[in-house]
Amino acid sequence: MNKHFQYVLRMGDNALILGQRMSEWCGHSPFLEEDIAMANCALDHVGRARMLLTHAGTLEDKRRTEDDLAFLRDEREFFNFLICELPIGDYAFTLMRQYLVDAYHFHLYSRLQTSSDGVLAAIAAKAIKETTYHVRRSGDWIIKLGDGSDESHRRMQDALDEVWGYTGELFAADEVDDFASSKGIGPDPHALRLDWERDVFDKLRAATLRIPEEIWPISGGRQGVHTEAMGALLAEMQFLQRSYPGLNW
Amino acid sequence: MEENAVSNDQFRFDQIIDAEEKIEPRDWMPEKYRLNLIRQISQHAHSEVVGQLPEGNWIGRAPTLRRKATLLAKVQDEAGHGLYLYSAAETLGESREKMMDDLLSGKAKYATIFNYPTLTWADVGAIGWLVDGAAIVNQISLCQTSYGPYARAMVRICKEESFHMRQGFEIMQVLSNGSPTQKSMAQDALNRWWWPTLMMFGPHDGDSAHSQQSMKWKIKRQSNDELRQKFVDQTVEQAKHLGLTIPDEDLRWNSERAHYEFGPIDWDEFQRVVKGGGLCNRDRLHARRRADEEGGWVRDALVAYEEKRCKRDTGEAA
Repeated sequence: MNKHFQYVLRMGDNALILGQRMSEWCGHSPFLEEDIAMANCALDHVGRARMLLTHAGTLEDKRRTEDDLAFLRDEREFFNFLICELPIGDYAFTLMRQYLVDAYHFHLYSRLQTSSDGVLAAIAAKAIKETTYHVRRSGDWIIKLGDGSDESHRRMQDALDEVWGYTGELFAADEVDDFASSKGIGPDPHALRLDWERDVFDKLRAATLRIPEEIWPISGGRQGVHTEAMGALLAEMQFLQRSYPGLNW
Repeated sequence: MEENAVSNDQFRFDQIIDAEEKIEPRDWMPEKYRLNLIRQISQHAHSEVVGQLPEGNWIGRAPTLRRKATLLAKVQDEAGHGLYLYSAAETLGESREKMMDDLLSGKAKYATIFNYPTLTWADVGAIGWLVDGAAIVNQISLCQTSYGPYARAMVRICKEESFHMRQGFEIMQVLSNGSPTQKSMAQDALNRWWWPTLMMFGPHDGDSAHSQQSMKWKIKRQSNDELRQKFVDQTVEQAKHLGLTIPDEDLRWNSERAHYEFGPIDWDEFQRVVKGGGLCNRDRLHARRRADEEGGWVRDALVAYEEKRCKRDTGEAA
């Protein structure tokens, strides 16, 4: 598989699958302002997914559109990080996942602005504006809920313990990442990790949360090996395109 | 003395209403005017909030990424409308907590139309086209309402609603020009949403409990029947353009009146759904109650955090 295509496709998948998950909160969040904020952030992710998947389609040169890539691939052909596909859980879980991914995206898109791939650099220039806001918002929540009531502290700690093992995958470099960093398309994931850890550790400590020992790092998304939640997500998302193939909507 | 003061206030209030100016939050107003507005604005706000649910049902299944993004933006707007409207009602001295409690306890109503289920993708189109189309007819009229904060909220809401209606109409257009299955999906949605949409304008003028006083106070500017007629006249033409059939055998153009005449509305059905007999009444309220209950710890935590922060700040200052 074309490595440049695959590099961009993975980012598109992350944005799409996380956006899909976030949109599940629409109309169900703890108060009205959060309904708006969650939908707003979900929309940013879906918008980003559209740009990235369209770009991936041109790199692949099989004339696949953003919708072909989103709706007509099977589970084994999706390459998002597992953390993006996990069910939304309670609001603590949602926000903890969000913060850890937002902090990653902040450093990723900061660097991608100088990518040798001009289209990717332009997408990153837009994405970094959104992500700067996303990480400030989710970071505020981490502090307020981590250092809030006894219950919120317990829930945030549970969420952190639950999701922590999925973060290792964010920085695991394989031949696609090596290709991207050698061509100046994307950053070296190891370098990203240091910046991410510095921010995340500071934030979690300020939120009075205990950083878990990483005893169960889990990965698989990049090989198309997913959690069992992924199939149901795709079944829902792809329903119309699969049931009525080849139509305009 | 007291009586004189009140009647002076009443005189000033009447003058403002007669002059087509706006009553503002700090102006004196009759208690019944205030209560009437709180009822109407909060009901409107609740409709926006509950209205997120039927369309939210399709965000996860939107057929293209463009449709998903548009629908997300639209549902986000609805929540925003709820927020402006609760704020407008708060200027009348009603707290948002109280309004929420009234919604969750079933005391306050929201638009009956949202108690119908969204069964196919065409329902998302039909809601935008018909339900938002009807809302615009009603809300354009409300831009002239006598209470300032409500009128100003309406101006902004109308702008967004016209985008919502266009996205709904565009969905219907694509489906109507699509495969036979898509076209029948569009027709089925029109069949199910048409009559409930006509009911959105409320009972006939003679049977409407709050209408007369509201018209006198210029809270309402046009009657239920006038607005309903305006909606029918514009929508019949749009349906023709789509090549869809409005499910009303009595529908015909009356050249003397220069309006479309339409068949009788089933008010028993309307009352049945208002009283809780719609397919989704319980689901809608359960969803709102669940969001409220499961979000309780989040709201409590914000208070706890703020208290700690204040204590720390005071401690540091001392």
